[in-house]
Amino acid sequence: MNLHATHHPDLTIITVAEARIDAAAAIRFKDAMRAATATGAGPVVLDLGNVTFVDSSGLGAIVAAMKQMGGDRRLDLACLTPDVAKVFRLTRMDTVFTIHDDLRMLNTRATG
Amino acid sequence: MIPGTTAQRLSLSTPASDLAVRAVLARIRRWLHARALTDEDRGTVELVLAEALNNIVEHAYPADTPGEIRLDLALDLTRLVCVLSDHGTALPGLRAPDGILPAHDVARDALPEGGFGWFLIRDLADRVDYRRAAGWNHLSVEFRRAPL
Repeated sequence: MNLHATHHPDLTIITVAEARIDAAAAIRFKDAMRAATATGAGPVVLDLGNVTFVDSSGLGAIVAAMKQMGGDRRLDLACLTPDVAKVFRLTRMDTVFTIHDDLRMLNTRATG
Repeated sequence: MIPGTTAQRLSLSTPASDLAVRAVLARIRRWLHARALTDEDRGTVELVLAEALNNIVEHAYPADTPGEIRLDLALDLTRLVCVLSDHGTALPGLRAPDGILPAHDVARDALPEGGFGWFLIRDLADRVDYRRAAGWNHLSVEFRRAPL
């Protein structure tokens, strides 16, 4: 699973560089997230702008990625495409995660 | 014959594996796209079929001996009917699960990492039927199309 981490002073943005977090990718995604969040303690924003499809296995892997970060360390989501947003809305997981429409506000705050 | 009264059909067979499911979904997406389903309807169908296919891959066949899944889609002006067939283990109680949404208002450590599949199928499909016959499972999911 291709993840690109960008470190800012106050947060880390992790961009998923693949189009699907599905049953075939769920375990690789969770492992890659563990590696990408192993160092540091600040909040993480998961940029899902390239992801067009998440099934329930992928949803579970995103929840697991947050839980494995431990403690109260925050995992927010950003840039959900329509079908992905629908999965979060239907399962009410949109009430569990803070979801950002885009990354601009986050970047401004992080670098300003 | 009145145009549109005959259903268009697509029949596929695939091994029950995660990667094969991906390929089948891509094929179905293209088929539906060529038949002018809206993006939203295509997304709904893909998600429901993904959940139903994943269930078969995970629960119907042993992991080391994946069996066969057959899909038969029939599309007409009013609805899309998809029948998924496998010859693996029957569904518990010989019925399709109700699909209860796992609790989300719980402590972070207790958040659900699964159990969403049947909820999504039941929520998004307009009709779900299951029958077991001659050692095969047949799951039928139906989607009504918006009136033209």
